[in-house]
Amino acid sequence: MSVTSGTLIGYRPDPEGTHPPLDYPDYRSTELRAPSRPFVPIRQSLTELTSPVFGDGRVRAADADLTRQHADEPQGERIIVYGQVLEDDGRPVPDTLVEVWQANAAGRYRHAGDQHPAPLDPNFSGGGRCVTDREGRFRFITIKPGAYPWGNHHNAWRPAHIHFSVFGRAFVQRLVTQMYFPADPLFFQDPIYNSVPEGARERMICRFDLEQTIPEWALAFQFDIVLRGREATPMENAQ
Amino acid sequence: MTTTPSQTVGPFFAIELPYAEGPYVVPDGADGAIWLRGRVLDGAGDPIPDALVESWQAGPDGRFDGEFRGFGRSGTDAEGAWAILTLKPGAVAAPDGGEQAPHVDLTIFARGLLHQLVTRLYFEDEHDANAADPVLSGLPDDDARATLIAAREDGGYRLDIHLQGPDETVFFAV
Repeated sequence: MSVTSGTLIGYRPDPEGTHPPLDYPDYRSTELRAPSRPFVPIRQSLTELTSPVFGDGRVRAADADLTRQHADEPQGERIIVYGQVLEDDGRPVPDTLVEVWQANAAGRYRHAGDQHPAPLDPNFSGGGRCVTDREGRFRFITIKPGAYPWGNHHNAWRPAHIHFSVFGRAFVQRLVTQMYFPADPLFFQDPIYNSVPEGARERMICRFDLEQTIPEWALAFQFDIVLRGREATPMENAQ
Repeated sequence: MTTTPSQTVGPFFAIELPYAEGPYVVPDGADGAIWLRGRVLDGAGDPIPDALVESWQAGPDGRFDGEFRGFGRSGTDAEGAWAILTLKPGAVAAPDGGEQAPHVDLTIFARGLLHQLVTRLYFEDEHDANAADPVLSGLPDDDARATLIAAREDGGYRLDIHLQGPDETVFFAV
């Protein structure tokens, strides 16, 4: 990010109830990993108000189509996942890197650690990336991921989801989240979904969009991602 | 509109996030290149083999507007070890108009972390600058400061990140 002039805009803290607590016993892996001491607040400086620039080299247009990475098409329900990266006042975030990863249609990740006895798909790797356009828009073509079991508690199943990683304009806007599908019957028993306070969880659920669905080809889902918003007034000159 | 909530990266992020050039903020052999290395450890002191460390920093001139990439990304291995090849940053302007000691912002993601953690890496051999740094000065004691100061070693600097426990790293709300 280019910072050449004196005015810096800081970012507001998110309102209470936006994010999950780090210490969330229902999700067992938090037990030895959640820090026990409170975070130390610091003033945002240039380091926190700038962000890397991507787009050249690593990201090609084909990387946004997860169904075209192999000789044949993957098994499963082809879908379009599109949306905008925005700040909380609706301002789009252009030229920012969006990375996604997911299980295949059978609920299996192409990862040595995934021992779920469901088939791997030789035509599906499950990773994709793109850079948002001038209006902050992104669009992926993929297949709908399957639900899968995990060892967190008896008969635990993850609802179908796609992982999203977004950078934003500033280090403090960095966000990793998961996108869920409407009306998933597995929500009630999933501690990762439910770790987010009531009233905020629903923001992680995409919207089925008939308008963007391509007849006889693919269903479409809209998922807008909102990053931390800016302070109303600029900070003092920091250069 | 309200911010989209954070979720864990989970155990399978290696499908997408680590990439071959990720740890190389500068190419191998670049003039002045240093390795920043360390481990990520849990509350039992065990290595975390499925963490992701991202770094963000100024260039040697203390600025963010040049050609210097500034961004690094390293997964951890079976021993919880991460490594990023970069240049030592210069001093960075502070919000109040003074200077901050050379530092690298670190973001840690892992299975079991429902939100990323943010900390900073400072350099052992910047004693005077560290003593005057507004962030380090704001910490309660030397033990807290010590969790952020990387030790000089052959080829670079080393800092372990303890997510929990008696040696817990200081993490920041930014």
